[in-house]
Amino acid sequence: MRVVIAEDLFLLRDGLTRMLAAHGLEVTAAVDNGEDLLKALIGDSGGDAGGPPDVAVVDVRLPPTFSDEGLRAALAARRQIPGLPVLVLSQYVEQLYARELLASGHGGIGYLLKDRVFDSRQFVDAVRRVAAGGTAMDPEVIARLLASNDGDDRVGALSPRERDVLALMAEGRSNAAIAQRLSVTERSVAKHTASIFLKLDLQPSEDDNRRVLAVLAYLNR
Amino acid sequence: MSEPAMITGQWRPLRRGVRGGITATGRGLALAGLAAAQLGLLLLLFLSPILIGLAIAVLLADHGIDVRQQVVLALVLLAAGLVAGRLAAVPALLGLRNLARLTRRLLGDWAGIAVAEAYQPPPGPRPPFHERLYWLTSDPATRRDLIWSAVNATFGWLIAALSAIAMVAGFLLIASGLSRQFGTSESQAFTAKPGSPSLPNPVVVHVHPGGAPLQIVTGLALATLGVAIAPWALRGYTGLARILLAPGQAELTQRVYHLTQTRTETIDSGAAEIRRIERDLHDGAQARLVAVGMTLGAAEDLIGTQPDAARALLTEARTASAQALAELRALVRGIHPPVLADRGLADAIRALALDSGLKVDVIAELPGRPQPPVESAAYFAVCELLANISKHAGTRQAWIDLHYERGLLRIDVADNGSGGADPADGTGLRGIERRVAAFDGILALNSPVGGPTVATMEIPCALSLPKTSSC
Repeated sequence: MRVVIAEDLFLLRDGLTRMLAAHGLEVTAAVDNGEDLLKALIGDSGGDAGGPPDVAVVDVRLPPTFSDEGLRAALAARRQIPGLPVLVLSQYVEQLYARELLASGHGGIGYLLKDRVFDSRQFVDAVRRVAAGGTAMDPEVIARLLASNDGDDRVGALSPRERDVLALMAEGRSNAAIAQRLSVTERSVAKHTASIFLKLDLQPSEDDNRRVLAVLAYLNR
Repeated sequence: MSEPAMITGQWRPLRRGVRGGITATGRGLALAGLAAAQLGLLLLLFLSPILIGLAIAVLLADHGIDVRQQVVLALVLLAAGLVAGRLAAVPALLGLRNLARLTRRLLGDWAGIAVAEAYQPPPGPRPPFHERLYWLTSDPATRRDLIWSAVNATFGWLIAALSAIAMVAGFLLIASGLSRQFGTSESQAFTAKPGSPSLPNPVVVHVHPGGAPLQIVTGLALATLGVAIAPWALRGYTGLARILLAPGQAELTQRVYHLTQTRTETIDSGAAEIRRIERDLHDGAQARLVAVGMTLGAAEDLIGTQPDAARALLTEARTASAQALAELRALVRGIHPPVLADRGLADAIRALALDSGLKVDVIAELPGRPQPPVESAAYFAVCELLANISKHAGTRQAWIDLHYERGLLRIDVADNGSGGADPADGTGLRGIERRVAAFDGILALNSPVGGPTVATMEIPCALSLPKTSSC
């Protein structure tokens, strides 16, 4: 799997490269500014074989402006190549940015706090999920998203357990992962999921990724 | 080829002079025209005392009319006077103020003389009548506007209109001279004239027949004189206006007092803010990092002998470092919110609305970015207002409207909650007032019991042009 990394702090860039390599991912480019990132994403410098990478790990704040350069480059690249998998990392997470990343309706999006790289297994898992067209939303984003849906009657009708399942599902986790996290069987997760979709009046789907996007679209409406 | 050029070269200063004179005449005339409006507004302003005076006069008069009729008439006049006093004073004063402001602006545009304004900030968007009246009458600048209006409406305008009067008189003389000299229907031309309001008619009418060439020459001289004196007349008028319209010592003293006060408050709150940050760092992230260091040290000691215990300590260290990061994040958000730094005020307020837990409809359009301190003050003010809504208003629906117009950044934050908010109650609203006052901004709160509540902030500021980068 070919990965592009955009991170301006050398230590973190180096650490990420090593961590991904240790888990068998190939880092084809590690850049430190927005312009080079955009070139690596849509230009031909994305790797030896050329073409876009399988996934990009991007810091929001990059030179030269040190504002949201990385985010804007990622959004621009995804406008040109819809569904191009991008995992955005940041020192802080904002619902506004999560919305912008999800707005296209395509999968292949991740938005995580930088702290999440502390747990390398979980982090690499998230990278693989995004590369496969899935989603990886930070628990903090989802917590705030759920909080802003507090007034919603349908969300209010969910049982506490269903709410837990909803939160994990919105993070982008598969039924198997949710079952493992909540120490329940996959079948009971599937039951909760069906109930959630019924209560939120959403079209059920067998496809994990499509299900996650439907839930996020509902919470973000 | 060079000859015509030379001729135009010679004529150029003259032509420029004439053009300048005519422009100055037009401007003088326009300025003088304001006097008519001022006169009307002055009459409106004093309508109440005039009517009441009339009422008293009617009462005191003893012409043989019926006493009952006399009393009724006086009462009607008195009532009209009282009503006029309530209805007319504020619009009349505001009208006079706007005319004075217009004059100041025209002086700046036309004569290049900037006359400062020193009006007190308005009490809010929709204050009650007595507050508006007090705001207007207590302002020394209003007294100045009144004096200026009285002077301008009586004789001031004559100075501005001097050259126009001379020119009109000159042209009338020329016209009548020409018609006497060449015209066949001179008597008709003359019978039409006396009715017109222009000044020199009596002169024209009584001129002896045969004095026509003299009349034309005099007219030409008068018109030329009018053009020639126009710039001087305008300058004289400008001088007079400047003396009467410029703010005096009292306003400047008041302004200095206001600035000193807001500066002190800004410095105080800045210092308090720094103390808070220091304390948060000391008790939070710093302490956690010390703990991380100690835990790592302990893990190092144990790793050879008790690897399981060491692993538990490492997990603990990782958790503590994540907590330290979370605290630093919260702290940074409180100092300078990331979206504000990245995107500016409009998006930062959108992000704030998303995070508020309320359902907030945001309309935010800014053609550029205000200075960072203004952005920051506006952001935290909105933050505080949204927090107030979720704490006290008992509603989840709010509206924010952010826009920039004529040098003012205006933010309305409204909710359909229970109302009854009072700045005197809490420190929050007072804090917002203080924040925006540092930029000469104001906060107006309209919150009747039962709601809805509308908080309006206006901060005068300039916008920088948006960045041209299209990425």
